Amino acid sequence: MGTLEKHLRERRDSGRKLLCPYVSGGVSDDWLDIIRAYDDAGADAIEVGIPFSDPVMDGPTIQAASDQALGRGTTPATILSELRDLDVATPLIVMTYANVPFRVGFDRFVDECGAAGVHGAIIPDIPMEELDPWEAAVGEADLDTVMLASPISADDRLERLVGRSRGFVYGVNVLGVTGERADLGDWSGKLAGRLKAVTDLPVIMGFGISSPETAVIASAASDGVVVASAIMRIILDGGTAVEAGAFVSSLRTALDRG
Amino acid sequence: MSEPTSAPSLMGEPENGRFGRFGGQYVPETLVGACQEVEAEFHRAWADDGFRTQLADLLRDYAGRPSALTECHRLSEQLGCRILLKREDLNHTGSHKINNVLGQALLAQRMGKQRIVAETGAGQHGVATATAAALLGQDCVVYMGAVDMERQKLNVFRMRLLGAEVRSAETGSRTLKDAVNEAMRDWVATVESTHYLLGSVMGPHPYPMMVREFHRVIGDEAREQVRALTGADPDAVVACVGGGSNAIGIFSGFVDTQASLVGVEPAGGAAIGHGVPGIVHGSTSFLLQDDHGQVQEAKSISAGLDYPGVGPEHAHLADIGRARYEPVTDEEVVEAFQLLARTEGIIPALESAHALAWVARAKDELAGQTVLVNLSGRGDKDVAQIAELLGEDV
Repeated sequence: MGTLEKHLRERRDSGRKLLCPYVSGGVSDDWLDIIRAYDDAGADAIEVGIPFSDPVMDGPTIQAASDQALGRGTTPATILSELRDLDVATPLIVMTYANVPFRVGFDRFVDECGAAGVHGAIIPDIPMEELDPWEAAVGEADLDTVMLASPISADDRLERLVGRSRGFVYGVNVLGVTGERADLGDWSGKLAGRLKAVTDLPVIMGFGISSPETAVIASAASDGVVVASAIMRIILDGGTAVEAGAFVSSLRTALDRG
Repeated sequence: MSEPTSAPSLMGEPENGRFGRFGGQYVPETLVGACQEVEAEFHRAWADDGFRTQLADLLRDYAGRPSALTECHRLSEQLGCRILLKREDLNHTGSHKINNVLGQALLAQRMGKQRIVAETGAGQHGVATATAAALLGQDCVVYMGAVDMERQKLNVFRMRLLGAEVRSAETGSRTLKDAVNEAMRDWVATVESTHYLLGSVMGPHPYPMMVREFHRVIGDEAREQVRALTGADPDAVVACVGGGSNAIGIFSGFVDTQASLVGVEPAGGAAIGHGVPGIVHGSTSFLLQDDHGQVQEAKSISAGLDYPGVGPEHAHLADIGRARYEPVTDEEVVEAFQLLARTEGIIPALESAHALAWVARAKDELAGQTVLVNLSGRGDKDVAQIAELLGEDV
């Protein structure tokens, strides 16, 4: 079992709801401080976006954060090399699109993730049907490939999908792209329940979580939440790492209170 | 020049959605089911005589097929080869785009999807989609880059006249690739009620195969027409390539002949010419990108070819050497545009003028040959741009 999965299972089994905040790598000069702030605020894993020019699963906020990072000259190599020196024990997960690892070669990308101390990868445009070459490149490396499950994935797909997911399974709360929503609707709870019925992997829900309240709702039937746009909006609006950390603390408090 | 092909699957059903090392289905989990549904329904429809008849009737009675084959006597004399034009410019809405659009709109109807989304660059595919949606009473949303909307105001108005909603893509380079991104984002959110009517032989499987099949009619007609006129197959078949739908359509009629197949790319958007594989918009193909995998913008005189990728089957045809891909410059294109107008009384689309530009450049190589050129669209939409370029005040 990979480092990420072991860590998340232990935390989950201790009765804690899991919190996985996101930062777009290279979004600001102090983006590593943002990660440190998440760590201090009680994150269980931290998702680091490697920006791609054409992020089709992302809404306006993450698109803007990606553009800002790319505009600062950020590349996959700069992100992974800056992560090497990061003094944070919380497991890191990279989130990117297929062309980023494909361009340098899956093998080399996996090696670079290892050197950067990254323990998980989320690549939303590599579905199960296209997963074989990526899985082969990961091989025995300590890099958990997290699969996304959609509210409209059929039952038999969900079963196969959790079988190939490592670290946790990422339940998508909504039909649509990333971005804050006031109301998550019915999909989230239903999908969380369907996933919990077919796997003992941690089930973490993401997309649309905008507040401590929606985080609590999305974690009710699942093991925790990913929060991205709501935090990136703080950064895009000129907020500091401390302010981003304070928001993550408020999520932590709400999840712990239940 | 080329060896006759021996692979029986060439331009047939792709294996696992792949053409050699290209293609595939790189879509988010939310869209996998929809892609599979489109694939299954397309195969059912394509095997259904009722569907085939319905589409053939529309192509004949509404779109005006078969399109003519025109022999260019004066141009042939000037260039020293026998030039035949497949006149897709004569179709309703002025280009080959109508073939695919009618097929997919009927398919959406079969799937019970009342809403259509599409992307458009110059507006040709958007206008064709809006046309088919009006004909079939479907709701239609077309995404178009903000930059393209400004450049192609008339087509924006045409789409609105036809009852479509045109939404501006305000992200990235605000051109065609960004319109595709927005259409995919829309589809992810609306997939239960919406069909994504992709306009070229690109995107995730089954689109490259399906769109090719809807354009196969170009090649099938041309093959019969050329044989009837000349008693033989042409020596060369030439078409412009952006995503590559008109080229795939005409190539499909000749891939099993001795004809050489030539795709002509704009020099500023030569995805195959640059030869770097990548993954974007659902498939692996050649892709204009930087060293870090960020997609770059294509830039040419013709908005319809300004796409940084290319259909995966073209990448495969290039890979195995069955087709060759040549770049032409904007200057050559403008010259060819005027040449056809003056010698034959036909104003071609700037996209189609790329194919003619290559023929003009390669005239020594083509001397004495029969050359079939796909005239994929008419140039009315480009007249103002050419006037401005030539310094004419119109």
